Amino acid sequence: MMTETDAITMAGLVKSFGPTQALNGLDLVVRVGEVHGFLGPNGAGKSTTIRILLGLMRPDAGTARLLGGDPWTQTGELHRRLAYVPGDVTLWPNLSGGEAIDLLGRLRGGLNRRRRDELIERFDLDPRRKGRTYSKGNRQKVALVAALASDAELLILDEPTSGLDPLMEEVFRQTVQEVQRAGGRTVLLSSHILSEVEALCDRVTIIRDGRTVESGTMAQLRHLTRTSIDAELAGPADGLAGLPGVHGLRGEGGRVRFSVDAAALDAALRQLTAAGVRSLVSRPPTLEELFLRHYDRASASAGGRHAEAAR
Amino acid sequence: MNAFTGTGKLIRLVLRRDRVLLPLWVAFLCVVPVVFVSAFTGAYPTDEARQHYYETSVHTRAFTVAYGLLNGSSLGELVAWRSGFLTFMVGLLALLTVIRHTRTEEEAGRRELVGATAVSRHADLAAALIVTCGACLVLGLASALALIGQGLPAAGSLALGLGFTATGWVFAAIGSVTAQLTTGAGGARAIGVTVLGIAIILRGAGDIAAQVGDGPAWASWLTPLGWAEALRPYSGERWWVLALAAAVVAALSALAVALSARRDLGSGMFQARLGPAGAGPRLSSPLALAWRLHRGPMISRVVGLALVGLVVGAMAASLGTLMDNSGAAARQALARLGGPGTLVDQFLTPMMVMLGLICACFAIQATLLLRNEERDGRAEALLATPVNRLRWAGSHFVFTLLGPALGVVAFGAAAGLAHGLNTGAVARELPRLLSAALVQLPAVWLFTGIAFALFGLLPRLVAGAFAAAVVSMLFGWVGGELQLDQWVVDLSVFEHVPKLLGGDMAITPLLIMTAAAAALVAIGLAGFGRRDMPTP
Ligand SMILES: Nc1ncnc2c1ncn2[C@@H]1O[C@H](COP(=O)(O)OP(=O)(O)OP(=O)(O)O)[C@@H](O)[C@H]1O
Ligand SMILES: [Mg+2]
Repeated sequence: MMTETDAITMAGLVKSFGPTQALNGLDLVVRVGEVHGFLGPNGAGKSTTIRILLGLMRPDAGTARLLGGDPWTQTGELHRRLAYVPGDVTLWPNLSGGEAIDLLGRLRGGLNRRRRDELIERFDLDPRRKGRTYSKGNRQKVALVAALASDAELLILDEPTSGLDPLMEEVFRQTVQEVQRAGGRTVLLSSHILSEVEALCDRVTIIRDGRTVESGTMAQLRHLTRTSIDAELAGPADGLAGLPGVHGLRGEGGRVRFSVDAAALDAALRQLTAAGVRSLVSRPPTLEELFLRHYDRASASAGGRHAEAAR
Repeated sequence: MNAFTGTGKLIRLVLRRDRVLLPLWVAFLCVVPVVFVSAFTGAYPTDEARQHYYETSVHTRAFTVAYGLLNGSSLGELVAWRSGFLTFMVGLLALLTVIRHTRTEEEAGRRELVGATAVSRHADLAAALIVTCGACLVLGLASALALIGQGLPAAGSLALGLGFTATGWVFAAIGSVTAQLTTGAGGARAIGVTVLGIAIILRGAGDIAAQVGDGPAWASWLTPLGWAEALRPYSGERWWVLALAAAVVAALSALAVALSARRDLGSGMFQARLGPAGAGPRLSSPLALAWRLHRGPMISRVVGLALVGLVVGAMAASLGTLMDNSGAAARQALARLGGPGTLVDQFLTPMMVMLGLICACFAIQATLLLRNEERDGRAEALLATPVNRLRWAGSHFVFTLLGPALGVVAFGAAAGLAHGLNTGAVARELPRLLSAALVQLPAVWLFTGIAFALFGLLPRLVAGAFAAAVVSMLFGWVGGELQLDQWVVDLSVFEHVPKLLGGDMAITPLLIMTAAAAALVAIGLAGFGRRDMPTP
C-alpha cells in the first residue's frame, strides 16, 4: 500500500539478466524526508534496483512506486522531482564539467545558480576541464554538484563518494546534511562506506543476492548487534558454551573471548560473575560488525542459494 | 623490463577481444578472389571470350578507378585486377583494428587498467600491430593458397596475396601513427580514413593517367594501394615492390613508437584545451547536446566530401579531353562507348554509388554515436532527467538524416561545380550532378533505418549495419559485372537507385526505400521504448 509518507515503495521485485538473477524478491520502503541507507555486497542488486526506480529497466515481477507514480510510465513528471548521481559517472569527452552541470540542471528544469557556484567551490572542482581529462573523483564531483544544486525533493545517490578523497567525503556529508535539514528532502543513498551510512542515515536496508535481509532504523539495527567480551576468570565458566546468543566462544588458560547478542548479555554476564571475574573488557556494538556479518554470509551461502535456484 | 615487456600478454588479450571479427574479415577477404575465379571461368570460359571482355573493360574509366589497371586478358590478370578494390578494404580494416586496440582502449581508460600490470609503455602498440599484421599475413598466404588451389600460377597468386598483406601492413602502421596524434579515437579514425581516401583518389588519378598515356602516372606510386598493383601479379611479378612497402612500414612504426614515447598516457600530440566554466544559453536541450556531439564529425565529413567532389568533378571533365588527345585506339574505344558525354557519365555514375555507400556509413556511424552514449552510461544521466527516451533518440535521429544529406549535397554541388567550370556549363552540370547525388539519399536513409532498427532491437549489433552496407555494395558491383543471377544483384540497395546520369528518373523505388527507412526507424524506436537500458 502506498501512503503519503512513502517516497519509494518496492515489493517483491524480481529481475534477471539471462542466467543472472539480479533481484530476487526485493523489498524497499523509503519514507518521505528521511535519508535511507541502501547497502549490500558487490553485485547484490543495488544499482539494478535504482535503474528500475528511474524507469531505465522494467522488473520481471513485483511492484515499484516512486513519489506516488509508476516509475516506468511516468518518467517525465517523476524525474522533474528527483536528481540522480550514477554509480559510475561518465561525462561527454568534449563538454567541460561546468557545461555538463548546467546542461543536466537545465534539463531537470533549472538549477540554483548561487548554490551551483558555491558547491563547485566547496568541492574544489575546476569546471573548465573537458570531460575526458577529469579523474574519477572529479567526474563524481561533477555529478554531485549537478544533483545537489537542484531543488529536487528526492535525491537518488548510487555510491556517490566512490573515488572521493576523505576531505571531499566530509564535504559531501556536510552538504547532504544541510540539504536535508534545510528542505526536508528524501535521500536514497547506496553506499559501501559504513561510517558514512552511520553518520547520515535514519533508516537502512541491507540486501544480499537480490533480496532484502535487514531493514530498520539505526537504533533497531544496533539492537541486532553484538557486544564483544574479553574476560579473565578465576574458574571455568562451562555454562557459557551452551548459552543461546553467545557466538565465537574461545577460551585458553583463564581467558575467554566471545561476542553476545544484546538479548543474551545479561545471562552471559551472570555466568561470568559466577566463575569469578578478574578483569573484563567489553567492546560496544558497532554497526560495522553487523554489516560485515551480512556481507560475509553472502559468500558463505551463495553456493547453496544458487543451487536452490537451479532446482 | 624493456619498453615492450608484456606484449605477449596483450597479444593474447587482443586476440581474445577480436576472436570473432578478425577471423571473419580475413575469411571473407580470402573468399572473394576465389569467387572471382569461378565467376570469370563461368561467364568467360574461353580465351576469346576473355580477350573480348578485356578489350571492352580496359578503357572503362570507372573500372580503372575502382580496380586499377588491367594488364592482360589471362584469367589470373582478370582476377587480380578485379580484386583491386579489396585493397581498400584490407587497408580500412587494418587501420581500424589498430586504432581500436590502441587509442580506443586508451580513451576508454582500459589501457590504464592494463598499464598498471607488468606491461610497458609501447606494449599495446606492439601488440595491436603484431596481431593486425599477423592477420594480414594469414590473409595474404591463405588467398595465395586458395588461388593456387584454383589452378592459377603460384608466383602470381603469391604476389596477389602479398599485395593484400603489404597494403594491410602499411595501413596498420598508418593507424599506429594516427592513434598517437589525437586524444579521441574518433579523431584518429578520421585522419586515417582521410589518408585512405586520398590514397584511393591518387591511385585512381595515376592509373587513369597511365592508361591514357598522359598526366601524372606517378601519382599511383605515392600510395600503398598503388604498390599492391605495382607487384603485377600474373603479369611479370615485381617482387622488389615488397621491399619498398616493408621499408615504409618500418619507418612509420618507428615514428609511432617515437611519438608514443614522447607523450603521456591519455594525451595526444594535439592537446585538449580548457573549456568554458558554464554552458552557453543554448545548451539546454537534448537537441542542443546532440548537435554538440555530432557537429565535429559531421562538419569534417561534409568538408571532406566536398573536397573529394571537387577532385572527382575536375577529373571527370579532363577525361574526355585526354581521350581526344590520346590516339586512334582510344578514340575508337570512345566511339564504341558512344560519345564523350556518356564516357564522363560512365565515370560519374559509380562515383555516385560510392558516395551513397560512404554516406550510408556516415549514417550508421551517427547511429553508433547514439548507441555509444547508451553503452558508456551518459544516456543514463540524461534519462534520469525529465527527458524521455523518444526525445533523446529523436535528437540524435535528426543528425543521422541531416549529416548524410549535407554530405550528398556537398559532394554533388562540388562535383557539379568543378565539372561545370571545366566544361563551361555550370548551369547545366551543377543541377544535373546535384540531383544525381540527391537520389542516393533514400538508399542512404535506408541504412539509417537498418541501424536504428538494430539499435532498438539488438543494440549490441548496430555496427552490423556496416556489413549490410558493404554486402549491398559488393552484390551490386560484383554481381552485375560477373553476370550473377539478377536476384543477387537486386539485393543491393544501390542497384535500385535511378542512374540519372545517362539514365531515367524512377520515382517508385525512391518512395519504397523512403517508406522502408521510415518503417525501420519506427520499429527501432518502438523496440527502444520497450527495452531495458543500458544493455552493455
Ligand atoms: N545489464 C546487465 N546485464 C547483465 N547482467 C547485469 C546487468 N546489470 C547488472 N547485472 C548483474 O546483476 C547483478 C546485480 O548488479 P548491480 O549492478 O545491481 O549490483 P550492485 O549491488 O550495484 O553492485 P556494486 O556494489 O558492485 O555496485 C550483478 O550480478 C550484475 O552482474
Ligand atoms: Mg552498483
